[in-house]
Amino acid sequence: MKNYFKCLYNWIDERVQLEDLVKFMGKKYVPVHRHSIWYYFGGVSLFFFIIQVTTGILLLFYYKGSSDLAFESVQFIMSKVQFGWLVRSIHAWAANLFILSAFVHMFSVYFEKAYRKPREMTWITGMLMFFMCLGFGFSGYLLPWNTLSFFATKVGTDIAGNVPIIGGPLKVFIRGGDDVTGATLSRLFGFHVALFPGIFTILLGIHLILIQRQGISEPVHFSEKPASEKKTMPFFPNFLLRDLLLWLIVLNVLAILAVFLPADLGIKANPFASAPAGIKPEWYFLFMFQSLKYFPSHILFADGETVGILLFGAAGVLWLLIPFWDRKSSRGEQNRFVNYLGLFAVIFIIILTFLGWLS
Amino acid sequence: MDNVQGKPDLKNRRDFLKYLLSAGVLGFAASVIYPVLSYLKPPKQSEVEVTSVSAGKLSDFPKDSGKIIRFGNKPVLVVYSADGNLHALSAECTHLGCTVQFRKDLDLIWCACHNGKYDLNGRNISGPPPRPLTPFKVIVKAGEIFISKMA
Repeated sequence: MKNYFKCLYNWIDERVQLEDLVKFMGKKYVPVHRHSIWYYFGGVSLFFFIIQVTTGILLLFYYKGSSDLAFESVQFIMSKVQFGWLVRSIHAWAANLFILSAFVHMFSVYFEKAYRKPREMTWITGMLMFFMCLGFGFSGYLLPWNTLSFFATKVGTDIAGNVPIIGGPLKVFIRGGDDVTGATLSRLFGFHVALFPGIFTILLGIHLILIQRQGISEPVHFSEKPASEKKTMPFFPNFLLRDLLLWLIVLNVLAILAVFLPADLGIKANPFASAPAGIKPEWYFLFMFQSLKYFPSHILFADGETVGILLFGAAGVLWLLIPFWDRKSSRGEQNRFVNYLGLFAVIFIIILTFLGWLS
Repeated sequence: MDNVQGKPDLKNRRDFLKYLLSAGVLGFAASVIYPVLSYLKPPKQSEVEVTSVSAGKLSDFPKDSGKIIRFGNKPVLVVYSADGNLHALSAECTHLGCTVQFRKDLDLIWCACHNGKYDLNGRNISGPPPRPLTPFKVIVKAGEIFISKMA
């Protein structure tokens, strides 16, 4: 067996000189310090992405993306297809855990200031992928075409419609018309399974190549140590094996959640019925949804909701561009302001999510 | 038993762990692959058993013409010939399953895909079709045409 692999390897090596590639892949070290645990969340997010692609492709074999058939086809998957309930439940659970682990990954990179020079592009691609995750969540939520998802999409796209100038056309573009209809479903289905995965894969490729090329970031407190005191661990195989072990644990957690708390389907959407009480977005949009409720209906001459959306937009842009305005960290100095800002963001998100969940 | 650095059981113990790991990996792979393969197998959908289907009123059906009707989820060709006979045949060409049509100008049934020809009784008379078209029973009851399977 080993000889066959060797033969195959030599055959390819002779043609494309694998040796350089193997060397490129092999040289990478993971710093070992008391915050090393956070290094795992990028890998865990990657694993969730792989799971989403796999289960997503499986669901595509039976799912029908039209308002007449979507609900019934998901019902068919849940009730008739062998292990269909499991595949759908894993897809639904992994979506939520994916966003959760992306949140953790983002905040750990933020607090370790790993975005500082020379890793600005890694941060930007990561943030773009994070926004895409939210887009995946939003578009995927509608696909079962049940009452809850129908009205959540209505509210979500309505909020997007409040953005000044581009809001109106944006809403029509997302909805594929003035209202949430079968056209919206077709559109979000296309985004969810074709457009977003394509863009996401490109961003992910850049993100990973940059990490491979630049190596794992050392936090400021670690890079200041003398070389003799720096503890590191080779990425291959030591860190990778730990990664794989964690993936295995994650997969088991996922399986337990999917088996014991399977995704439910609800009632088929009826565009001509009134919205049921307690329409709420998914938890990862809840903090924004909840804070918009606290804005007065009018602030000076502007619509309160519009001001709220603009504020969130500005915060997002500021967050995205942090490697460019946090010069201190790039010089290797402490930047307490960034820490407090991050801490504020975490506390704000947790409290408002909780309030939104209670209401 | 090899004596590796004075530890007689090391190789055995290592082998044992290797087997344990391989069995674990295999078991794990199986528990993932089995559901995926089962999922990919399309479930049997209970088809509604169709025994008889109406092909419309005889008075609405011009002579020397044909039409395709749905019989369950299969197409059936009904031909009202110039001499006043009704024929009902499976519309699936026996060659490669294209849907056939009645050709008024040739007075026969023709498959557009590979120029297969059948007479009005469904017999394959020219071209690639290997077998005749399956005939259906036609009954006219109170001016309405009913198609049913041959007993």
